[in-house]
Amino acid sequence: MNNNNYKIKLLLWLPLAIVLLFILNISLGSITIPFPDVLSIIMGGEGASESWKNIIINFRLPKALAALVVGAGLSISGLQMQTLFRNPLAGPFVLGISSGASLGVALLLLAGVSVYGVGLFNFTNWLVAIAASTGSGLVLILVMIVSLRVRDSMTLLIIGLMFGSLTGAVVSILQYFSTGEEVQVYLFWTFGSLGGLNWSEVLILYIILLAGLSLNFVLIKPLNALLLSENYAKSLGLNVKQARFLIILSTSLLAGSITAFCGPIAFIGLAVPHLTRLLFNTSDHKILIPAVAMTGAIIMLVCDMVAQLPGSDMILPINAITSLLGAPVVIWIILRRGSMKNTFAG
Amino acid sequence: MASKSPILSIENLAIGYGKPPNQNMIMDGLNLNLFSGQLVCFMGPNGVGKSTLIRTMIGAQPPLAGQLFINGQNTSDITIAEMARLVSVVLTDKINAGNMTAQELIAMGRYPHLGWSVSLSKSDIEVIDQSINQTNINALRNRKIYELSDGQLQKVMIARALCQDTPIMVLDEPTAHLDLNNRVEVINLLSDLAKSTNKAILMATHELDLALQSADRIWLAGPDEPIIDGFPEDLVLNGKIDEVFGLKGFDLKTGRLEKQLGKGEVSLIGDGHAFLWTKNALERYGYAVVDESEIVINIINDSNIAWQIKNKGEYTVNTLEELISLL
Repeated sequence: MNNNNYKIKLLLWLPLAIVLLFILNISLGSITIPFPDVLSIIMGGEGASESWKNIIINFRLPKALAALVVGAGLSISGLQMQTLFRNPLAGPFVLGISSGASLGVALLLLAGVSVYGVGLFNFTNWLVAIAASTGSGLVLILVMIVSLRVRDSMTLLIIGLMFGSLTGAVVSILQYFSTGEEVQVYLFWTFGSLGGLNWSEVLILYIILLAGLSLNFVLIKPLNALLLSENYAKSLGLNVKQARFLIILSTSLLAGSITAFCGPIAFIGLAVPHLTRLLFNTSDHKILIPAVAMTGAIIMLVCDMVAQLPGSDMILPINAITSLLGAPVVIWIILRRGSMKNTFAG
Repeated sequence: MASKSPILSIENLAIGYGKPPNQNMIMDGLNLNLFSGQLVCFMGPNGVGKSTLIRTMIGAQPPLAGQLFINGQNTSDITIAEMARLVSVVLTDKINAGNMTAQELIAMGRYPHLGWSVSLSKSDIEVIDQSINQTNINALRNRKIYELSDGQLQKVMIARALCQDTPIMVLDEPTAHLDLNNRVEVINLLSDLAKSTNKAILMATHELDLALQSADRIWLAGPDEPIIDGFPEDLVLNGKIDEVFGLKGFDLKTGRLEKQLGKGEVSLIGDGHAFLWTKNALERYGYAVVDESEIVINIINDSNIAWQIKNKGEYTVNTLEELISLL
């Protein structure tokens, strides 16, 4: 049914929107660069001024590419968590991945490196990423160990929430004993940022996204079967514990690395899967996984453009924009299309 | 039947939860067989352990002791993937696939036969179509799961289990929450499928009357009793069913509710359905139907049904309600 309909959406409209928005994203910014020059710079052409070239190649392109990978990665993680936990409110961070990252960064910024001053920001960029990865990695390992021990995923969800509360409490204590300046630096990290990534960092994100995506295509069958129930999945010959482990591994890789480089970016991972389900009117992960990835990328590109406030010198925190833009859109769609319950649950 | 070897056999099985020091044994010493082509209804009061045995049989939980054999092979040597080609299930689990179409859901029954990319081959699609035809749900094919009624969903779940193409099908209370029509339809469907597909179908149910009419055998689990495996009618006549269910006010041997017949006697002349339902109404209101009585009711079965009552006078009425009010 409607086979062609979804194929057109999937293979034509979404990629087309990504390409257009990507070019638009690169064309906009605090410094106005004429569109033909933007194009010629992307094509590797000569003639444009060095500073424009610098802006496009070293700032706007990595940022737009980061937007793509962040949108896609977080959205896929969200989809996986919603399916695994059978909960429409689940997102990439329910297992405490962002809390772990926050703790790592808080330890770094509030208790350690800040001694050297905020001025060393380029140096701290990598340190922050390492601290965040360590933090989320530790939480991840704990969750994975638990996932192999517990019978059902609901227990895992609660344990993830507990990890989140624990790390949150430690961060609060750290903040309490920190100076205002230190807290401000930490706060800036929690706002999230797509800019400030260099090419090698973007490359790392893409390698991880690729790994996560390929893992996901292997997970289509278990994810679909989990829509029925864990018992049904088992009766269909699937190793539920192994599938659960791989789903968590993939989510942790994606959400963990993105959080490490860009901070905890909220909302996308929760909202995009719902938007995509409404858009494609399906629960089949074979369609949903690529569709969610592309929709996430599109939404992130748009959010980034809005956050730039084109024509002005200001940049708004991306984390605020994702929710500010996304929430009304989701509410509007739900009201227009009726209950989300129908598309999510039985 | 005795010469045939069972497709599934249970030997000295003990079921329950937990590990040795804190073990909670629910049933033990179970010895049961399941044969191809038979519909077996598994009956017993709530909490007796029906679901636990079913969960143990489908490999969702390990047995505490004893063995299960499928086709002579010990299930502890069978992998989850192999098991999925031997046993299909319909469970009471709430499913989360509202936005799937019935056909997509049914197609998931083919998963044990598919690779990771879940691409259906031509023969897979044939099996799916066949299951849809066998369960008679062609009209539901493209409907979304959230649009289906409970009865329709149950048939879709049965079709899903059917296209898994396994020699054994196990269902946990497939008729719960269904109205009478749907209950009859589901049980008839399973009874037909057992014959037409030569599957062994085990179904846990509370539908005593329907089970007695359709099941080839009944597994009867009572509190403090191991499971009794028997021919349905035998279990009625030897009083086992009465023992287990402790039926109150229901005469199992006549298949009817016991009535207090204290209001008097009437004699009834007539035949066919009209006779049966008139008798039913009279007995419900406490009148015993006997051969000879002062009160004679004559059923006039012309184009319009009527009742002629000879008591202290003669009356003719057109409805049973009037008849009862005259007595």
